[in-house]
Amino acid sequence: MSSFLSLQVLVDFLAATIRMATPLGFAAVGGVFSERSGVFNIALEGMMLGGAFGAVMGSHLTGNLWVAVLVAGLAGGALALVHAVACVSFGANQVVTGVALNLLALGGTTYLSRVILRGANVERVRAFEILPIPVLGDLPVLGPVLFRQTALVYLLALLLPIATVVLLKTPWGLAVRAVGEYPRAADTAGIGVTGIRYTCVIVSGIMAGIGGAFLSISHVNMFTENMSAGRGFIALAAIIFGKWHPVGAFGACLIFGAADALQLRIQTYDLGIPYQVPVMLPYVLALLAMCGLVGRSPAPAAAGIPYRKEES
Amino acid sequence: MGGGRWRLFVFRLIPVWALCVALGLGAAFISLAGGNPWTAYWAVAHGAFGDVFGFGATLTRMAPILLAGLGVALAARVGLFNIGAEGQIYLGGLGAAWVGLYVPGLPAALHIPLALAASGVAGGLWALLPAYLRVTRGVNEVITTLLMNYIAIQGVGYVVNGPMMEPGAPYPFSPVLLDSAHLPLILPEADAHAGILLGLAAAVGLHLLLHRAALGYRIRAVGFSPPAAAYGGISVRRTMLGAMFVSGALAGLAGAGEVMGLKYRLFDRFSPGYGFDAIAAAFLAGNEPLLVIATSLFFGALRSGGSLMQRAVGTPVAIVIVIQGLSILLLTLGLVLHHWEPARRFLRGGGPRPAPAPAVERTNVELS
Repeated sequence: MSSFLSLQVLVDFLAATIRMATPLGFAAVGGVFSERSGVFNIALEGMMLGGAFGAVMGSHLTGNLWVAVLVAGLAGGALALVHAVACVSFGANQVVTGVALNLLALGGTTYLSRVILRGANVERVRAFEILPIPVLGDLPVLGPVLFRQTALVYLLALLLPIATVVLLKTPWGLAVRAVGEYPRAADTAGIGVTGIRYTCVIVSGIMAGIGGAFLSISHVNMFTENMSAGRGFIALAAIIFGKWHPVGAFGACLIFGAADALQLRIQTYDLGIPYQVPVMLPYVLALLAMCGLVGRSPAPAAAGIPYRKEES
Repeated sequence: MGGGRWRLFVFRLIPVWALCVALGLGAAFISLAGGNPWTAYWAVAHGAFGDVFGFGATLTRMAPILLAGLGVALAARVGLFNIGAEGQIYLGGLGAAWVGLYVPGLPAALHIPLALAASGVAGGLWALLPAYLRVTRGVNEVITTLLMNYIAIQGVGYVVNGPMMEPGAPYPFSPVLLDSAHLPLILPEADAHAGILLGLAAAVGLHLLLHRAALGYRIRAVGFSPPAAAYGGISVRRTMLGAMFVSGALAGLAGAGEVMGLKYRLFDRFSPGYGFDAIAAAFLAGNEPLLVIATSLFFGALRSGGSLMQRAVGTPVAIVIVIQGLSILLLTLGLVLHHWEPARRFLRGGGPRPAPAPAVERTNVELS
C-alpha cells in the first residue's frame, strides 16, 4: 500500500513537473531564436503576461480556446514587434527596451483587467482540459505523466523538435546563427540581418505569448495581475543554462519546472516550512544554475549589440 | 535661433519629449477606457501638489525612488545594469528593521545612523553578488539581479511571517521599531520623513563624486570602455564591484526610509515597485544624479496623485506603470534617433552631435 502511495506521489510530481515546465518551455525555446539571432529579449516576462491576458480575453469573447491561443500569440507577437522595431531598426538598447516593455505589459494588463474585467479578477473563462491520448494515456506511469496533459503540452512537444531542426539543420537556421555570431559577415554573404532578427524576435514573442496562455487558460481559467511572476526571467536563465540550444533550454525548463512542482508539494503537505521558502526554490535554482554551472558561457557573439549597416 | 542651436534644443530635450508623448498616449489609453484624461491628470496633479498632505505624500514616495534611482544611475555609469533595486530595497528594509528592533539602549543620534548603515550594507551586499559573478565569471547581471528580486521579496515575506512577526498580528508585519530608530519627520502633518533629505544629500554627493573626484572619473572611464580603462591602469573589477556595492547600498537606504520613516515596521511586500520606478527615473535623467531629483519627483507625484485619481475619477492607478513603460521606451528610441535616416538628414550640416546615449552600450568584451 505504501509503495503504491509513493509511486502515486511520484507520478503526480512528474506530471506536475511537465505542467510547470511547459509555459517556461514555450518562452525559452522561442527566446533561443531571438538570442541566437543576436537580440536579448528580457521582455519575455512581459510577453508571457500579455499572452496570459490575451488568452483570457480571447476565451472570454469567443469561447474558442484556439482563438484564445491565437490572441495570446498575437499579444506576445505585438510586444515583440515593438522590441524588434526598437532594437533592430533603431538599434536601441535591448535591455532598456526590454525593461520598458515589461513595465508596459504589467501596467497595461493590470489596467485593462481592472477596466474590462471590472477588477474582479475572478471572471472564469473556458480553459483547456486534460486530453488523454488514446492507448498511450493508459500506460502505467508514463501515461499520466506524458499523455494525460492539456493540448498545449502536446503543442510544445510538437514544436520543440521542429524548432530544433529548423535552427540547427536548415539553411535558414544557419543564417540565424550566422547573424547572431557575426552579422557583418552574414550581411556580406547576402543574408538579410534585419529580416532574420525581426522574424526571430517575433517568433520568440509569439511563443512566449502561448506560454502565457498556458498560465491563464490551461488548468486555471482566469487572469490575475502579474501572474507570470518572473517566469520569463526563469526562462532566460533556462536559455543560458541550456547553452542556447532548444533541447538544452527545454531540459533546463524541466529542472526549474521540477523545482516549482516540488515547492507546490511542500506547501500542500504542510511540512511546517513557511510557504515563502519553497516559493523561492525555482528562483534560487535558476540563480545557482547561472552562476555555478555556466562558467564562461558561449553566448552568441553579437547578442545585445545592434547592427548598423552603414557604419564600419 | 540658428539651425545648430535648434537641433541641439530638439535633441537635448529628448527626455522631455518622450515624457510628453508618453503622457499623451496615456491620455489616449484613459479615454479609450471611457475616462476623461483631463480630469484624470488634473486629479493626479491636485493629489500630488494640491495641499500639504498631497505634497507630503509626494515627498514620501519620491524619497525611495530618488535613493534607489541614484543607485541605478551609479551602476549604469560604471557599465552595469542594476535591475535588482527592488530586491535591494527589501534587503535594506530588513537590515534597518533588524537594527531598529534588536539593538536597544542607544540614543537616536547613534541608533539611526547604525540602522541606516545596516540597510546600506544589506542592500550593498545583495548587489555585490551579481556584480561579483559578472566580473569573475561573466554571468549576465541583468538576469541575476532580476531573479534576486524575487528571492529578496519572498525572503522578507518569510521573515515577517516567521522570526520577526509581531505576535498575534492580523497581517504579517514586524513589531514597531524602537523609538530611537524612527527617522524624524520634516512635515509632521503630512508624514513626510527625513529620507527625502538623505536622498537630496546623496544626489549632490554623487554628482560631486562623478564630476569632481578622481574616483568618479575612474567610474565613468570604466563605464565608457573597460579595456581602455584597464589600459589606463584602472582596476576594472574593483571599480565595478565598488560602484555596484554603493548602488545597492543606496537602494538599501530607500528601503530603510520606508521602514524607519513611514510605517516604523517591516511589512510584507512593503515596496510597491519603487525599484522599477527608480530604473525609469535614472534612465530618464540620463543617469545624471541632479536630474534624478527631478525625475523621481515626477514619478513620486504620479504615484501619490495616482491614488487620488483612482478614487476620484476611477481610472486604475496602473496607468502610471503604463506611462513609465512608455516614457522609457520612447526615450530609448529618442536617444538613437540620430541613427534613423530622416533624423540624420535633419542633423546633417555640421550641427553638434547629440549627447551620446548615457546608458551602457554593451560590448561583449571579456573582463579580466
